[in-house]
Amino acid sequence: MSTVTLKKVCKTFGEGELAVHALKDVDLEIKAGGFLCLSGPSGSGKSTLLNMVGGLDRPTSGEITVADKRIDLMSKSELAEIRLHNIGFIFQAYNLIPVLTARENVEFVMQLQGIPTEERHQKSTNILREVGLEGLEDRKPLELSGGQQQRVAVARALVSEPALILADEPTANLDSTNAENLMNLLRHLNDDHKITFLISTHDKLVMSHARRLLKLHDGQIIDDIQQR
Amino acid sequence: MDPNIAHPQAGTGGGDAYHMMIKTLPLLSALGWRNLWRRPKRTFVILFAITLGVWFMIVSAGMMIGIIEQQVRDMIFNLTGHAQVHHPDYRDDPAIEHSMLLPSKKLQAVLNSAEVKQWSSRVRLPAVVMSERESRGVMLVGIEPLREQGLSFIGEPVVAGRALQSIDDNGIVIGRRMAEKLETQIGKRIVVMAQDKHGEVADRGFRIVGLYQAELEATETGYIFTGLSTAQKLLGMSEISEISLITENRDEIDSLVARLSAAEPQLATQSWTELEPLMVTALEVYDNFMIIWYLIIFAAMAFGLINTMLMSVFERTREIGLFQALGMRPSFIVIQVMIETLMLLLIGITLGNLAGWFTIDVIFADGIDLTQFARGLDAFQMSSIMTFQLEARDIVTINIMVIALGLLASLYPAAKAARYIPIEAITRT
Ligand SMILES: Nc1ncnc2c1ncn2[C@@H]1O[C@H](COP(=O)(O)OP(=O)(O)OP(=O)(O)O)[C@@H](O)[C@H]1O
Ligand SMILES: [Mg+2]
Repeated sequence: MSTVTLKKVCKTFGEGELAVHALKDVDLEIKAGGFLCLSGPSGSGKSTLLNMVGGLDRPTSGEITVADKRIDLMSKSELAEIRLHNIGFIFQAYNLIPVLTARENVEFVMQLQGIPTEERHQKSTNILREVGLEGLEDRKPLELSGGQQQRVAVARALVSEPALILADEPTANLDSTNAENLMNLLRHLNDDHKITFLISTHDKLVMSHARRLLKLHDGQIIDDIQQR
Repeated sequence: MDPNIAHPQAGTGGGDAYHMMIKTLPLLSALGWRNLWRRPKRTFVILFAITLGVWFMIVSAGMMIGIIEQQVRDMIFNLTGHAQVHHPDYRDDPAIEHSMLLPSKKLQAVLNSAEVKQWSSRVRLPAVVMSERESRGVMLVGIEPLREQGLSFIGEPVVAGRALQSIDDNGIVIGRRMAEKLETQIGKRIVVMAQDKHGEVADRGFRIVGLYQAELEATETGYIFTGLSTAQKLLGMSEISEISLITENRDEIDSLVARLSAAEPQLATQSWTELEPLMVTALEVYDNFMIIWYLIIFAAMAFGLINTMLMSVFERTREIGLFQALGMRPSFIVIQVMIETLMLLLIGITLGNLAGWFTIDVIFADGIDLTQFARGLDAFQMSSIMTFQLEARDIVTINIMVIALGLLASLYPAAKAARYIPIEAITRT
């Protein structure tokens, strides 16, 4: 059984001579509990693929199924709902809501889900401790370093334990120690909570943690390697 | 199906979405409030604009309503009263044969009830007045001088000579400008001619004992006053032409008119709104004008408001994309922007109301003295002190209108924000 299925997914930006074929007939099946890494040169379509799976953008053609639902056919509200309950995002750069504190950023999704204050508070406290941000709960994003911000974003993606987490170059702004810590955390969550991960990266360190490594080139999957 | 995957209540029914929205309100409000203070300068500018607009609406409404009220009061004081009782044909043809008997016990019982502040009987019939040089058509009014006090202007002190003192007073009081027209003065005699009860012409000389001043020139040249009994004697009648009254409270007029009609169904009892339909029409025109006036001021305000919210939303494009990526429904984004606007509106309105109250009830509590311009204003029949007047109804209208239309205006920027495509919004730099 699979969490995510892509069938003949194409994504073209622009039209005519200026058209960019970011994804070309991509077929992909991701099993529940997988830990996938997407690598490939810049412009190969990694972010585009992630965005399609997360319903942040629509494919030009092809079918995308997430949690047994055809998300390419969904309305904006339905997509928002799917994301809210099933998918966690970690973006490369712009991740946090500037007017909210670290804790409020982490609780944001839970608040949208309607989780009661007590439970929310407990969960956010725990997860912030887990990502090593104890004591920094009440800082606004601008008062945190890049690595700390990234960890808040990770905490937010993890806290409601979605079935699937999409991470677009999560270590791009981190030093190697922080990157290693983050990857260990993600692996641990994958092992213990069976959360499915789909991570795009240029980072060898990230690739080394992957159970399955996909190589993208010019919008096509050219390699699909199972690791440990 | 994958057991790991949480299943959102498919489609989320209306009631569910409503509950979710209620639960999310604290979050949306916190976001709205903090967003306002991200750009304090911009927020202060738009707050100032809303405050100014509301202040201007309130003060201009207070001024206009003050002027209108003054005119209504003048009209009521100009012999009309709050209501009148007549012979049913008197209003069409104010002739002596359309007189009525003195008020019956039943009618008196109603007239003397607590709601009535003052009432009086009058003879009011057409006559011709002649001086040595001129003659003019007028209304001869026989009054009960003491009962006219507080009921009409003729109960007030006169500007020259003396006022009438009793129903038997056989002096005559005429308007200041009437004296000019007749080229006569206090102490001189004039002759009044009118048709008496038997259809004969009755006439009699009167000594001018006082000159009165009224708001309107037409009043001063239209009415001459003498004692009620004196007038009745001249015309050979024991009847009266009208009863005029004022109530303690204008809200009581309609019920009082109903009771008077019930007491004397064969007589015609009418409130001032029936007696002066033109004034009522004018008031309606004013009301509509006020709404248009408010809308014009609001339009200027809305322009600033929409602009501010558009800028604010545009600046937050990426953030709004992030909201959506994290699972915030587009409708919640609309609500978030509207809450932010509502906060602006509520603060602006509160300040505007306070400023309006301060202007009207503190700075100009005694009205604006226009005495130095009074000569010019006299021609417009305005009194020389302009007072502000506002009723709760007007303030409520202004506030509800600003909030409702303000929220309506915010729909445009809000909808714009909700239409952002998440990924384009996020990747925009
Ligand atoms: N909104 C867009 N409009 C036009 N072209 C786009 C758009 N987004 C992506 N592209 C193009 O699609 C292709 C794939 O882009 P994508 O961002 O998926 O690459 P990537 O593999 O994530 O690259 P990087 O490693 O640099 O992040 C690129 O050629 C890019 O220029
Ligand atoms: Mg990318």
